[in-house]
Amino acid sequence: MVAAVSSPVPKSADAVVIEATDLRRHYTVRLGLLRGTATVRAVDGISFTLRSGKTLAVVGESGSGKSTLARLVTLIEPPTGGTLRLMGQDPITASPVERRELRKAVQMVFQDPYGSLNPRRKVGAILEEPLIINAKKMTAAERRDRGLAMLAAVGLRPEHYVRYPHMFSGGQRQRIAIARALMLNPRLVIADEPVSALDISIQAQVLNLMMDLQERFNLAYLFISHDLSVVQHIADDVMVMYLGKPVEHGGKEAVFTRPRHPYTMALLAATPRVDPSQRINPQIVKGELPSPLSPPKGCAFHTRCPFAKERCKAEVPVMRPVDGRLAACHFAEEIAQ
Amino acid sequence: MALLEIRNLSVDFATHGGKVRAVEGVDLTVDEGEVLGIVGESGSGKSVASLAVMGLVAANGTVSADRMSFAGHDLMKLSPRQRRMITGRDAAMIFQEPMTSLNPCFTVGFQLMEGMAEHIGGSRATLKNRAIELLDQVGISDAETRLRAYPHQLSGGMNQRVMIAMAIACNPRLLIADEPTTALDVTIQRQILELLLDLQRKRGMALILITHNMGVVAETAHRVVVMYAGQVMEERPAAALFKTPRHPYTAALLEALPERSSGKKRLLAIPGMVPGLDDRPQGCLFNPRCPYVAPACLSERPPLLAEASGGVRCIKPLAAAAGSA
Repeated sequence: MVAAVSSPVPKSADAVVIEATDLRRHYTVRLGLLRGTATVRAVDGISFTLRSGKTLAVVGESGSGKSTLARLVTLIEPPTGGTLRLMGQDPITASPVERRELRKAVQMVFQDPYGSLNPRRKVGAILEEPLIINAKKMTAAERRDRGLAMLAAVGLRPEHYVRYPHMFSGGQRQRIAIARALMLNPRLVIADEPVSALDISIQAQVLNLMMDLQERFNLAYLFISHDLSVVQHIADDVMVMYLGKPVEHGGKEAVFTRPRHPYTMALLAATPRVDPSQRINPQIVKGELPSPLSPPKGCAFHTRCPFAKERCKAEVPVMRPVDGRLAACHFAEEIAQ
Repeated sequence: MALLEIRNLSVDFATHGGKVRAVEGVDLTVDEGEVLGIVGESGSGKSVASLAVMGLVAANGTVSADRMSFAGHDLMKLSPRQRRMITGRDAAMIFQEPMTSLNPCFTVGFQLMEGMAEHIGGSRATLKNRAIELLDQVGISDAETRLRAYPHQLSGGMNQRVMIAMAIACNPRLLIADEPTTALDVTIQRQILELLLDLQRKRGMALILITHNMGVVAETAHRVVVMYAGQVMEERPAAALFKTPRHPYTAALLEALPERSSGKKRLLAIPGMVPGLDDRPQGCLFNPRCPYVAPACLSERPPLLAEASGGVRCIKPLAAAAGSA
């Protein structure tokens, strides 16, 4: 329905954009003078595949490692273990020229549209900056044409090109941030809580825009969010994370309608719903996320899990296929609701 | 008699660009033991209206009202000193950001006891025992040790529990919670909401829950007020409001929710945006975004029409069955 405008990117319908295998990022933190160091396993063994035109949503509470995952995929930090392949290439072994190309293909949209745009630069300059750095052969006129076209693509008007960020509302700023991310024709956009700072009516506009742009440019989205109702709407696949580890990963339908990990169930039950028929009997999860410095032995969720048994305290559950998705729970079959 | 009764409340702010109106002609009634939800987008005036009740509007703001009474006191006539004896004791408030509402330089125990010493008084030992009891009530384990903790040593959810403990310390009859769970994770949000409702039921206090999260209001409030650009657009019991909204704005807000989009590829977004304080339209404030706009909507600001179960500020409200389609 939106394909009226031809796509600037060749349609390679299900090209693999990200292939992560057992990805890990551990940090060593100093506990203080004479108290030694500890290891924080911010991302601890994540495997997934993301294809063009698809959206993988990563959900979990703060401290679950969502943002660290984003830092790995955007090549801000190298992983400390496992392999990451972007567009089939390993950024670690790639040459500097290749790595530069990879960086262009991966762009990011941040949570806070007030903090992510430079207040001293006009919208036009913000949009053209990626081109000045990465497309040195372009003339100023070409850059401007491209900036204006992208501004139109995100639903803003040409006169907005010469304005400053403070003259825009939160929703409009997020449109500008999305336009900036798309200036270099990326294949993959990492969106870290892109709508959680927006009002409901504006949130719907931005989500619709993101879905339109995905169809038009065949983008892959890695969509990081804690809002399950938003994820339920936009995602194809969902990965639920807890303390750096995936606990459930699969198609949206399977994960949301028949969750097989108690943490997914808890998140779904805790999400407030307007429609009484969509409410799930809230079994309140006790306590808070344990400290990542000393995660619980065995299953990391056992301290808060209503179904926890002796085995959960000792044995770390691995991701295994259950009912059409992967789940890391010893009792995934028994706890189905 | 209503616990809190407000008639025709307006709040204006003097700015460099002239006077701007953040709240316009708001009527609010809260009964003892009632949970009232106030929903609205940013700029709807929901927070400013509640700050006006607490007497906390910034110095460049002017509060005017035909009537503002709380538990038999006329808030408009009280001296600032008398007013302070009510706010903080009989009416308490908790805010969105637990991390910034607490003073980082003092322990939570000190901050908890400070208000009690002012309003109730008593020896250090009684205050301390009461503080431990309060932390216990809000679900903080090992309360005696936690009294000596500074806010940065506690998580966001814990700090919000401390804020709630401070708010209920003097047995308030009204608790205003302004976006109490917005900064928190969803499982912690659920815990905090359950805690607030549990305290409300046990103590029979009235609770005003201000939020932009429709799901939170739908699950907790008895009655809901929908605000837009400083005005009350619709008011009615929660179940009725969410089932059959009467105001086009309420209906549009509900339609824009991702949870209502089952199967549909695109959300029904509301075009345009909330008018700013300085560019309020003529006539109905929602007319630039309303799908049912009529010529009469452009010229005159509609009054809040009283209905059997509430009120709606629209000259042609949606039929009782509409909006659920």
